[in-house]
Amino acid sequence: MNLSKNYKNIFLAIFLSFVLSACATQTAKKVDSQMQGDVYTGTDTVEYLADGVPDRVFFATNESVLTTASRETLRKQASWLRKNPEVTVVLEGHADERGTREYNLALGERRANAAKDYLMTYGIASSRISVISYGKERPVDSGSNPLAWSKNRRSVTVKAN
Amino acid sequence: MKNIIKILFVIYIFSFPLKSFALIEVDITRGNLNPLPVAVSALSSSEKDKKSLESKLDVKDLGLEISKIVENNLKQSGLFNPLNKDAFLQKPDIAHLKPRFEDWALIKAQALITGKVNLQDDKLRVEFRLWDVLAGKEMLALAFTTVPKNWRRVGHIITDKVYERLTGEKGYFDTRIIYVSEKGPKTQRIKKLAIMDQDGFNTKYLTLGNELVLTPRFNPTNQMVTYLSYFKNLPRVYLLDIETGIQEVVGDFPGMTFAPRFSPDGKKIIMSFAMDGNSDIYTMDLENRIVERITNHPSIDTSPSYSPDGKYIAFNSDRSGYQQIYVMKSDGSKVKRISFGKGLYGTPVWSPRGDLIAFTKLHKGKFYIGVMRTDGKGERLLTENYYQEAPSWSPNGRVLIFYRETKTNSEGEGFSAKLWSIDLTGYNERLVETETDASDPSWSSLLSN
Repeated sequence: MNLSKNYKNIFLAIFLSFVLSACATQTAKKVDSQMQGDVYTGTDTVEYLADGVPDRVFFATNESVLTTASRETLRKQASWLRKNPEVTVVLEGHADERGTREYNLALGERRANAAKDYLMTYGIASSRISVISYGKERPVDSGSNPLAWSKNRRSVTVKAN
Repeated sequence: MKNIIKILFVIYIFSFPLKSFALIEVDITRGNLNPLPVAVSALSSSEKDKKSLESKLDVKDLGLEISKIVENNLKQSGLFNPLNKDAFLQKPDIAHLKPRFEDWALIKAQALITGKVNLQDDKLRVEFRLWDVLAGKEMLALAFTTVPKNWRRVGHIITDKVYERLTGEKGYFDTRIIYVSEKGPKTQRIKKLAIMDQDGFNTKYLTLGNELVLTPRFNPTNQMVTYLSYFKNLPRVYLLDIETGIQEVVGDFPGMTFAPRFSPDGKKIIMSFAMDGNSDIYTMDLENRIVERITNHPSIDTSPSYSPDGKYIAFNSDRSGYQQIYVMKSDGSKVKRISFGKGLYGTPVWSPRGDLIAFTKLHKGKFYIGVMRTDGKGERLLTENYYQEAPSWSPNGRVLIFYRETKTNSEGEGFSAKLWSIDLTGYNERLVETETDASDPSWSSLLSN
């Protein structure tokens, strides 16, 4: 009687540990699948300018280089802008909280301009695009962890009219 | 505001202390583990004076309150240990005339401060003396008058004079801090310019919080402030006259200007201008409005800070690939990298003494406030934390004030930003009390000398 109860407990413990570790790996995977290197690839914070046209692109730490995914997003934005010639946009450049305030202002400006340059290569007139940097002043995710920071390193295309 | 800036201090020395070799001295060049025990007696007033002071200023015992300001300043400096007044045996008025040194020695006081305060022709008249208890001698005696409503400054001026007499260096107590007051969630912070006395009193808000404001800095006379404002969603450097409240944009730039500071003579503003993804350093002469480009490089050049003689500029650049500190001549020539340690370096600020540059360093996920010599040698890290940056020097170059942000929890909650100070020695780290959360502190020069 006692023995079987002990076995039961052991089984329960083993079972629980399986469940728990499964949970743990699942969350870890989920986090991983939202970042490539340290660039955010998820969609949690993304809004859409139109159907299938994401409003933002993400950057690696201290970088302003556009990733393949970012270029694809910006090409979608460019083609949408070509179809809607009356629309003007503001590109808002942002940095994460792990940098000094003044440098981050410059970095945000550099990121937004990287996006602007790409839109211009796809035929959008510079007169339709303005740029503003918020540095680290306007995070979308208030977390203090790598995933949150990856969501905050971004350039967001916002309709201005 | 007007009166705070334009105070007329009439300081007249009524007895010169003889320079004596035996008197107490406080060494401020190293961490002081044995703060000097000092007794700060309440400033005395006759009953009649007490009543007129109370009716004028609505302060019950002004002499006592002033002595508490002095005590708090001395304690915060980390160099002094103000003794509990309950143990004092001698009454303030008699102590000021003729201290019984045995009584003060008995409670282990090594220095004694006494004084007297009264109203004279609608002005506050203050006199005070500093005594060496063990030598049984007067070290300093001063008297001055001021506008009554500036009574808190009396405490700061007394502290400055005592500090100077005992350490041999100018004090930093009759000063103010301009900073950014913060409120609200991390994703939508509301920021206002705020100004307060160095000890956290007399806080005033200079903007309403309708637009984002950042990085305020005083001019050398403390009457003007330059800062970044997102007014009408155009981030530009502004100039604010504290006395009149009049603001204006600095220069006519077709893009973001940021990271402003005054030149040491107050005639120019130096700042970054960002255009097409490139930030360079510019100056604008405030008299003739002439704009000069100082750096011309495809990298980010920002956070410029002049040497006190105006001949050099320290700045932050990522031209090597990562954020580092550089020094150049003030015309932009002879650019030289000075930071070579591991990690990233930012926010260089030249010491008012000219010999050191304070900075923020980011290395392996930690932020440090440190100092190095102007050639980059002798790097010393003073404090390590999750996030901290933007040091600003006390006018005597002995203390740094900076801000620190906390890590949020897994729900993204628990964010705060506070001002902290630390001695150049790396000792005496202290939270600087502010009414709200705070960041981007900038220390004024001494308001009176």
